[in-house]
Amino acid sequence: MGGGFAVLEGREGQVSEAGEGPSELVCGKPSLAGSVSQRACVFCGSRVVLYPVADAVHLVHGPVGCAAYTWDIRGAVSTGPQLHRLSFSTDLRETDVVFGGEKRLYASLSALILEHAPRAAFVYSTCIVGLIGDDVAAVCRQVSRERGIPVLPVHSEGFKGTKKDGYRAACDALSALIGTAESDPASYRGESGVAGSPYSINILGEFNLAGEAWIIRRYYERMGIRVQSVMTGDGRVDEIRGAHRARLNVVQCSGSMTYLAKDMKERYGIPFIQVSYFGIDDMAEALYAVATAFPEEPALAERAAVIVAEELAQALPALKAFRKDLEGMRAAIYVGGAFKARSLVKALRLIGVETVLVGSQTGNADDYRNLSALCDPGTIIVDDSNPAELSRFLQLKGANVFIGGVKERPIAYKLGIGFCDHNHERKIPLAGFEGMVNFAREVHASATSPVWKLLAGHGRSGEAVS
Amino acid sequence: MATELYLKHTEAESPPRTALTINPAKTCQPIGAMYAALGVHRCLPHSHGSQGCCSYHRSTLTRHYKEPVMAATSSFTEGSSVFGGQSNLLQAFNTIFTLYDPQIIAVHTTCLSETIGDDLPQIIGKATLEGKIPSGRFVLHASTPSYIGSHATGFGSMVRAFVDYFAEKTGKKTETIGVFPGWVEPADMAELKRLLESMEVPYVLLPDTSGVLDGPLTGRFEMYPEGGTKLEDIRRLGDAKASVALGPYCSGPAAKLLDTKCKVPCEMLDLPIGLAATDRFIDTLRRVAGVAVSETIVKERGRLLDMMADMHQYTYGKTVALAGDPDQLCSLAEFLRDLDMKVKYVVTGTPGKAFDARLTELIGAAEEGDWRGAPGDLFALHQKLKQDPTDLLISNSYGKFIARDEGIPFVRFGFPIMDRIGHADFACVGYRGAMRIMEKILGVLMDRQDRDAPNESFELVM
Repeated sequence: MGGGFAVLEGREGQVSEAGEGPSELVCGKPSLAGSVSQRACVFCGSRVVLYPVADAVHLVHGPVGCAAYTWDIRGAVSTGPQLHRLSFSTDLRETDVVFGGEKRLYASLSALILEHAPRAAFVYSTCIVGLIGDDVAAVCRQVSRERGIPVLPVHSEGFKGTKKDGYRAACDALSALIGTAESDPASYRGESGVAGSPYSINILGEFNLAGEAWIIRRYYERMGIRVQSVMTGDGRVDEIRGAHRARLNVVQCSGSMTYLAKDMKERYGIPFIQVSYFGIDDMAEALYAVATAFPEEPALAERAAVIVAEELAQALPALKAFRKDLEGMRAAIYVGGAFKARSLVKALRLIGVETVLVGSQTGNADDYRNLSALCDPGTIIVDDSNPAELSRFLQLKGANVFIGGVKERPIAYKLGIGFCDHNHERKIPLAGFEGMVNFAREVHASATSPVWKLLAGHGRSGEAVS
Repeated sequence: MATELYLKHTEAESPPRTALTINPAKTCQPIGAMYAALGVHRCLPHSHGSQGCCSYHRSTLTRHYKEPVMAATSSFTEGSSVFGGQSNLLQAFNTIFTLYDPQIIAVHTTCLSETIGDDLPQIIGKATLEGKIPSGRFVLHASTPSYIGSHATGFGSMVRAFVDYFAEKTGKKTETIGVFPGWVEPADMAELKRLLESMEVPYVLLPDTSGVLDGPLTGRFEMYPEGGTKLEDIRRLGDAKASVALGPYCSGPAAKLLDTKCKVPCEMLDLPIGLAATDRFIDTLRRVAGVAVSETIVKERGRLLDMMADMHQYTYGKTVALAGDPDQLCSLAEFLRDLDMKVKYVVTGTPGKAFDARLTELIGAAEEGDWRGAPGDLFALHQKLKQDPTDLLISNSYGKFIARDEGIPFVRFGFPIMDRIGHADFACVGYRGAMRIMEKILGVLMDRQDRDAPNESFELVM
């Protein structure tokens, strides 16, 4: 370790510094038992990926907790049905644990489908279901036969790995749905001008938090591209069923959906590209990359260039104003996926903010190598961190603003530094060109707040805060 | 369409449900155990299960308190669920004592570890024998499988576990009164302490989350804030003169155990929410501790009564729907009755017959058109409200969807509250707390009256 800062025993390999020379960050390993980890479980991974499918019922098979904690926790907005915002649980009790929960699952599923007439049902297995041995797949098959809609088991027992394994289980469920129906061009939900376009894509790994998928979708449609499906933001079962007809998969949030993209490439020969919609460079690249994938139509790239020029003309002056105040500030990033962290480092750089700490819950070796190359020397890079470690690093590096999720926010505030939620609790879209401006505004609002200056004023002004 | 949330998915009537829970009015036991353990000084809650459990509980508590919430997890893997969680837990003790240095680790189980049959006393015994628990450091456990009870009973089990592991009877009785506050907010715990001090009652409050989950911004991150019941005080409970249990679900198990284990007689009371329940609390303290009711408290009661008199015409006959936890609901329903309001619907997700019985004692049996869902869920409550709405809805944050769809004035009360502030900072217990509840209720009722009043009867003076 170049920085000479203390790391929890057993975690030495999971922390490094950019500029330390070729290093291989240890990652993808289960958290040390007993650590105050910021990570979640397999079920959590599946639930966040599938949750935005708005016209399906999402039934959590297990005791009530798992359904209660994931009730409307994600601001994944829908233009129509709000069925995904309700919480459905089989609420297993002790007798079910002893005698099995299949009957309860069957009754619950049947009642739900009868009542809500959903387009499909997802059934999530929780820890206990894996132990008591319910044949969830068999119950799903039976109900599917009886009710005539797809009923998909999601093998998301919490203990069966990490959140990443949950993404995979969700992808398996989506994969089972894809290719089971054909989409009707007349029912296209987007810009009607592109409903018959031969250039069609699926957007993968975009969850429409605060309406982000709508922004991305508009850019592509302005280019002349038909968006067959979004998985899963503002998602619709019928569009996902017909997703095998798209000609290209555009994958964001690489951790969650690359697996599905690979699967679709194998099964349907659909190529995929990886993109990010955060920050100006990455957003522009996400449009050009799609244009490049359809070389037979040069007009796509031309229109992409027009969109980028138009959007930048609006965004750059706004960003410049924020940069004036933010220049020289230092940021820390701790997010779910490391792919997003890369975009954030670049986006922060654009507004004059240097990243001094970057980490993720679920990054892989490639992600961390790329981060190490991207960041300035001395930047701390960390996998699967915890509050004690994070707070020490924040103070050591004198961060002014922390970009993270729900559990990180109060830690930042206690230290007297700004915070921006780049996770489930974001309230405004942060993707796309307009999202970049929103992001800059969020960082500005928090990092420059007068509240942090008041901390020094209560008779302890001599005490160093950072 | 933008105004419809659950509306289009909620029919007024549907076939009776036998198995399914929709929009639960409860969550699982472990989160209650975690909240209770946070109210003990230098105690680190530990979730013996998958990582997700711990993460969900910490996130939910963080959303409610807007504070860092510290807890560790056994991080179960596929291997641990086949071979048992013993090695994970032993490793966890080592990790925690080495790195986080708590005085106490409060382990609670999950559905996973309960079902695979981990024997916690045996594992803790083994750790002790093998010297894995440093001297002056302690581990305790509560059994809190998610398929039994609810978050409220999980809280009760963890408080009981503290008594079980630590309360000591030395044979030398003291004048101390043990007070079990139940699942109330940090501000409520602080208010209870103020009342006790005002009457000069020597006390031990267990647990006490004030100074833990309502901490100041200091520029420092404290793994263990300065609040919380001290271990030596928990020990002293064994010699207490008596104990007062506030709320049978959350405080009953600990108080009963203290009685059987250390022969400390217990007084089982409702949570002191509202005038009558606070009267019973204050009078019990007077009697049990042999103290006089302070002038301050007498005046506070008078001020509450004064407010009730000033406003009684605005609360008269108003119908109310309540959702929440049994201990809170009983006292709250009684207070609403004293405000001349009509408690029409009551729903809790926590199972148990004692609640029904106590509620009936306090406000009488359900009348024609009333509904008491115990256990029930918020979807069922929404259906009732569609059939016949009330003038007011009181519940945790999840009620906001129903309130919006049905246009019902809404007061947030209970756990969790994730969309407003104040619940952790301003007490609802005691006479002053009752005034705050009144302020909130009258605020929404009178705002509604103003909103709906025709111009000619839009009043300045109310």
